[in-house]
Amino acid sequence: MTQEAASKLIEGATGAWEVVIGLEVHAQISSNAKLFSGASTEFGAEQNQNVSLVDAAMPGMLPVINKKCVEQAVRTGLGLKAQINLRSVFDRKNYFYPDLPQGYQISQYKHPIVGEGEVLIDLPGGEMKTVGIERLHMEQDAGKSVHDQHPSMSFVDLNRSGVALMEIVTKPDMRSSEEAQAFVRKLRAILRYLGTCDGNMEQGSMRADVNVSVRKPGDEFGTRCEIKNVNSIRFVGLAIEYEARRQIDLIEDGGTVDQETRLFDIKTGKTRSMRSKEEAHDYRYFPDPDLLPLVFSQEWVDEIAKDLPELPDEKRERFIREYALSPYDASVLVSEKAIASFYEEVAETSDPKAAANWVTGDFFGALNKAGLTIESSPVSAKQLSELIKLIQDGTISGRIAKEVFELMFDSGDDPAKIVEEKGLRQVTDTGAIEKAVDEVIAANPDKVEQVKEKPKMIGWFVGQVMKSTSGKANPQTVNELLAEKLGVSSDN
Amino acid sequence: MTDLTKLTLAEARDKLKAKEITSSELTGAYIKEMEGARALNAYVLETAEKAAEMAKASDARLQKGEGGPLEGIPLGIKDLFCTEGVRTTACSHILDGFTPTYESTVTSQLWRDGAVMLGKLNNDEFAMGSSNETSYYGAVTNPWKGKGEDKALVPGGSSGGSSAAVAARTALAATATDTGGSIRQPAAFTGTVGIKPTYGRCSRWGIVAFASSLDQAGPITRTVKDAAIMLKSMSGHDPKDSTSVNQPVPDFEKALTGDIKGLKVGIPREYRVEGMPEEIEKLWAQGIDWLKAAGAEIVDVSLPHTKYALPAYYIVAPAEASSNLARYDGVRYGLRVEGNDITDMYEKTRAAGFGAEVKRRVLIGTYVLSAGYYDAYYIKAQKIRTLIAQDFKQAYEKVDVLLTPTAPSDAFGIGEKTDDPLSMYLNDVFTVTVNLAGLPGISLPAGLSTRGLPLGLQLIGRAFDEETLLRTAGVLEEAAGFNAEPDAWWRA
Amino acid sequence: MSVDQNTVRHIARLARIAVTDEEVAPLAKELSSILDWVEQLGEVNTDNVEPMASVENLALPMREDVVTDGNIQDQVTKNAPGADDGFFAVPKVVE
Repeated sequence: MTQEAASKLIEGATGAWEVVIGLEVHAQISSNAKLFSGASTEFGAEQNQNVSLVDAAMPGMLPVINKKCVEQAVRTGLGLKAQINLRSVFDRKNYFYPDLPQGYQISQYKHPIVGEGEVLIDLPGGEMKTVGIERLHMEQDAGKSVHDQHPSMSFVDLNRSGVALMEIVTKPDMRSSEEAQAFVRKLRAILRYLGTCDGNMEQGSMRADVNVSVRKPGDEFGTRCEIKNVNSIRFVGLAIEYEARRQIDLIEDGGTVDQETRLFDIKTGKTRSMRSKEEAHDYRYFPDPDLLPLVFSQEWVDEIAKDLPELPDEKRERFIREYALSPYDASVLVSEKAIASFYEEVAETSDPKAAANWVTGDFFGALNKAGLTIESSPVSAKQLSELIKLIQDGTISGRIAKEVFELMFDSGDDPAKIVEEKGLRQVTDTGAIEKAVDEVIAANPDKVEQVKEKPKMIGWFVGQVMKSTSGKANPQTVNELLAEKLGVSSDN
Repeated sequence: MTDLTKLTLAEARDKLKAKEITSSELTGAYIKEMEGARALNAYVLETAEKAAEMAKASDARLQKGEGGPLEGIPLGIKDLFCTEGVRTTACSHILDGFTPTYESTVTSQLWRDGAVMLGKLNNDEFAMGSSNETSYYGAVTNPWKGKGEDKALVPGGSSGGSSAAVAARTALAATATDTGGSIRQPAAFTGTVGIKPTYGRCSRWGIVAFASSLDQAGPITRTVKDAAIMLKSMSGHDPKDSTSVNQPVPDFEKALTGDIKGLKVGIPREYRVEGMPEEIEKLWAQGIDWLKAAGAEIVDVSLPHTKYALPAYYIVAPAEASSNLARYDGVRYGLRVEGNDITDMYEKTRAAGFGAEVKRRVLIGTYVLSAGYYDAYYIKAQKIRTLIAQDFKQAYEKVDVLLTPTAPSDAFGIGEKTDDPLSMYLNDVFTVTVNLAGLPGISLPAGLSTRGLPLGLQLIGRAFDEETLLRTAGVLEEAAGFNAEPDAWWRA
Repeated sequence: MSVDQNTVRHIARLARIAVTDEEVAPLAKELSSILDWVEQLGEVNTDNVEPMASVENLALPMREDVVTDGNIQDQVTKNAPGADDGFFAVPKVVE
């Protein structure tokens, strides 16, 4: 066992345990209309308004598939470097639930549209790991039951009923909550790059069923529990941590893990058994006779492949290669398509390394502090690039630049304008700097004596000169002049 | 007035166009007949007022020399077709009071072409039955009675209301649906013509589904020509039905040339089943002679898997039905029987809402799809289906059309077979193969049994070759010269 | 008999149809006789036969991604035996 692997083990009373995690991620396909009906997928509509007669399963209603949804599933499959199946079949998954109007969900069971693929996940410390994708299939979302509006009734809203989902199933390749979280994060980035899912977990566009089991390292897989509908990356982590510990304690106390469906309760941070689902399910899958097999050509797939954007892993490699960035900086910058684009725009006309430092440093810091996203940033990529150029051409010092950036962030003004208006232009005129240097020396004879003993004190003089010039003096010139006049080396 | 109801659809159409009669007169005559024939229980809902209005509108169009191919023609509509603003129940208690807000594609095409709706016709509950005895609204009585008998006979099923209404002249023609013989067998039992077109010819949108891969709409009429006229209006591609085929609709009426010289007619030897009444054998032989006399070449063919069609059907149809009927859950429409909780509500609603035969089939269907049985039953049946389709394919390499009896007997008595589901199922032995292979089939009256009841012959055609089917049927009809009529004992 | 009474209860539960104790025995008999009858399919060798996917040898037609439907809450809930404020109302569901 490698050191990293060992570090992921969980200590129990009887020794170390390994947690084994597989995920089933349900991602809403970005489309205007639903998978099998012409109703809108828009979030936040009034109850039962984004519902067609098909979605409400009125007698005699029939499904007709949305081509865009198929295209999005293919695009996602390509993004996951997966096998695309030119022939797939829609099956009915039969069960009763009030938010499932047809009494069955149209899904793909035996013949999914996408087969095996893989996702490279980024772990802390720059470590990478490959997580296998088992399959991706298309299916309908269910409606929503609201339980808290009436003492004895549940209310059903079918707005989500029939919205297209991709279910992305991983192999049981993850060994810690961090890995599972990294997977979800990476998958979300890929889907967003592809434009096939907005990845918005708060609105339910992405949610995960988490399969967790534990075993002694080297043993066979243990019995797994499925934690349903976990709707944030943080909860994925918490649910796994709790569930793994629960299973370890259970086994160590002489119990056995029952294969069951569980719910993660965000209030208690615990998982609990879903009692209503205890009854054995028998979904009676069979091919939906209202639909024909889904068949398309390799040429169509090739066309979709041609339009595939550069994905995070490729972009990361390119950033390292083209901009000489560290792998860590590159990973951070490609984690979101918007960030990567922003960065590239900044780097295009300024020094790429300085651009990376600015974007991941002051820029992210300011956004975080203001609670803003990159899309709502008051500073544009072009403005940030101009600011960096002002440093590069010596117009302002790095220190002044930080001040200018803060002003830009508050006002949205261009850096050049701020520098001019506030008179922050760096002083490179030797005469003016010399005057300031002379004044500082004249005013501090005692310090002049000391510096001869302690050459490092020159820094104090530099500070004084910068202060008296409001930071605008070119620090290099100040240093050189002071060294000369004080008779100490400026190299220290 | 009653003379008006003697006209065939083609004759009435021509007289309406020639302004010799008005739709109001014609429709009025039919309303009177309909209201006078309640003893038959053919209609479950009479819409006389709507009919009068539609007739008036038709007359206005006809007056201006306008109007569609069915302008002013009064029709009965099987209760399986959803009709906007007019109660539609599939003759099931579970759809109590259901009033669609939409119109099925097939009926909307009939109204587009100018037809007039007299009312909704009785059928076996969810079209499950061969005698129209499973209807929640009670059995339909066949207008025909045996010579010297007073016993009430079934009109066949599931389209028993349609066949009875056309035979009793309480509708000029009727819509029907056929999943295993539900158009052709009732036509045979009532001396009417019934055509089930090729699967995909008529849209299934808005027709309450029984078994999606087998259901097809078609007309029941008095003559082959009337069937051709009706079928043209009912057919056509519908983008709302994924299984609807995008093929041009021929002018079926024009196909009735009366010329079948050189046509190759296959006689499948496996249809000569054990225990078939001699009079059926004789009628079949007679049919062969008529076709021979008209210049057709008779070819002996083999459809070796015929015997297995019925058992395969009784796996596939209930399997699809068990899923199609899951939507009747008391949540969005129809009957609800309150319960202690949601599951209790479902179980009570469905127990009260479905009749015995529907329950039987839903349970069979649930069983054959359930874990551990799916391959042995459902997959096996679908493989048999492939073999049956291959049988036909091979036969059509040698022949253009097949001739068989429609049903293994004449009409039986009400209540005679209700205690024995299997003997009831055997009614479909000659018709069900056609549904399994998706082919077109027509039944036309060809003679009377020794009891004086109508007997039908069936022609089976190649997929989308309804023209040859109708042409051959026209020749048989001419040769048979069937003009017997039931005594109007039902008149109030 | 291929279907016993427990099986009837189980499939009735799956199909969400309440069956009374009196109904179970006759149902077991009826279902068994139907299933025994379909057993004859076992006579046919189907080893190299593909199950039929559809009688039509066609690819699934696809529609464009355009919103053409919805905003018919009144129609959707019009026939509901229980509706409240545009929702369908059902007995409380406990998860």
